[in-house]
Amino acid sequence: MSWEPIAELAKQVASGTVTAAELVERALSRIDETAEYNVVLEKATDRARARAAQVDAAVKAGKKVGRLAGVPFIAKDNFLTLATHTTAASHLLEPFQSPYQATAIEKLEAEGAIMVGKANLDAFAHGSSTENSAFGPTLNPLDKTRVPGGSSGGSGAAVALDIAPFALGTDTGGSIRLPASFCGVVGLKPTYGLVSRYGVVAMASSTDVIGPLTRRVEDAAVVLDVMSGRDAYDGTTIERDKTTYTDLPTDIKGKKIGVIKDYFGEGLDASVRASVEAAIAKLKKAGAEIIDVHLPSLSLALACYYIIIPAEVSSNLSRYDGQRYGLIAPDAEDLEASYELARERGFEGENKRRIMIGTYVLSSGYYDAYYRKAQTVRTKMINEFADTFKKVDFLIGPTAPMTAFKLGENVNDPLQMYLADIMTVAVNLVGIPAISVPADEANGMPVGLQLMAPQHADRALLGIARAYEELAQ
Amino acid sequence: MTKFSAADIRKLAHLSRLRLTDDEVARYQNELSEILGYVEILKDVDVTGLEPTSQVTGLTNVVRTDELIDYGVSTADLLKNAPAIEANQFKVKRMIG
Repeated sequence: MSWEPIAELAKQVASGTVTAAELVERALSRIDETAEYNVVLEKATDRARARAAQVDAAVKAGKKVGRLAGVPFIAKDNFLTLATHTTAASHLLEPFQSPYQATAIEKLEAEGAIMVGKANLDAFAHGSSTENSAFGPTLNPLDKTRVPGGSSGGSGAAVALDIAPFALGTDTGGSIRLPASFCGVVGLKPTYGLVSRYGVVAMASSTDVIGPLTRRVEDAAVVLDVMSGRDAYDGTTIERDKTTYTDLPTDIKGKKIGVIKDYFGEGLDASVRASVEAAIAKLKKAGAEIIDVHLPSLSLALACYYIIIPAEVSSNLSRYDGQRYGLIAPDAEDLEASYELARERGFEGENKRRIMIGTYVLSSGYYDAYYRKAQTVRTKMINEFADTFKKVDFLIGPTAPMTAFKLGENVNDPLQMYLADIMTVAVNLVGIPAISVPADEANGMPVGLQLMAPQHADRALLGIARAYEELAQ
Repeated sequence: MTKFSAADIRKLAHLSRLRLTDDEVARYQNELSEILGYVEILKDVDVTGLEPTSQVTGLTNVVRTDELIDYGVSTADLLKNAPAIEANQFKVKRMIG
């Protein structure tokens, strides 16, 4: 049974039509029913039940409850939470229990939302398929022989399997949008800085963002509205819109939408192409002005990404030293060995790959040729997007060049795996918001339509996505 | 194209504080060569007159007043995850021989 819209659920709880306890039990039993998909790494049963009882008691006492009262959700297991371990799907953090919670979780809880479990991911969010998890892959809800996308694969699958009405993900290069595309749900990557990352395991700090995966665009808007805004604990956060993100401008007439022609070349699956073109035709029919655009530096985005991100990864992951928390190596002969053995045993292959690439591109003698060059190409890309957004309100294209691939298909070819992100990484390097919404299926599997907007235009982006959603029905 | 020798990979692994197995060294020789070969497309890109970008918010010098903030987390909470503690501190292996 699929979940009602989030605002509707909260209203029902507030009015006493249903109880928070009922919603939490429904989510918890759904986790058990779908165990074979390996979506949830740990349930938050006790805390979820206790919090549901608090919400229900408040309702009974006639007290005002939050706008997400009793609404269950799943958090990717790289959000620090009090109710459970936070493993980042790695052996390195397997024993770790955080003494504090992420700001995003605190804000959701303050409005009455209830976290019921932690979702699987590629270890430390490095990957595009969730196969890099130390605890086994998550299976695609529509075809168990395929991947759910990554790295927020557990979050995408949780929504597609109706475990909860929304799940939190993180998106460093496409990690919310790709699973949304592969699982047939909505995935929002907000403007860089709009949501605090305090208490989220850092991957690449210049592109990491937090966002929701949901069934509907309006649900994503509600969650963003609650989570966004400045946070004293995260110095990179920006001011949010004064207007609420749930008041969506859905008028399509006269909106200028640029079709990113660079994404329709070689490598795009023919049936994905047909699906995305059909979606664009619907927007045109509804009155949008469709304009072909070309951003030449997009052909460089993936190369740029796989220099900058490993560089930041190697820095951020240097804190995992096997001394203060997480996996340790008691058998190490000396201090140096205790670092090396804990990291060797605690990290997955893709973690090590990125750490070493990052160490290489940042090392003296290679820094200018790789890292500085990539950062400068990044400027070129930012300028191209800025110029393009002078001509159009939104950009449109596929989220990924393919539908969900088979489990195991790309695990021995990292470069091939990286190509799944070819249409998502530029958005992160530029810092703009983007959303993946389901288009018509191709080859019997979901296809994601990707819409992008200028920095800070998250509300307009949600509006056009909501309008498309209506056209698609 | 950059080709990594086994010694190159061992050096990188040491700088990254990873103790790789022989199988891993062989594997990363190939994989890192392939990945760094791919990113070489950036080499010939003309970036004359452009400055590098390290962040995209446009924010500069975000500071707060220099006051102690109560994060609601105690020393005991923070030490709870530690494998070894002594005198309210993390205990690690000897640093100076």
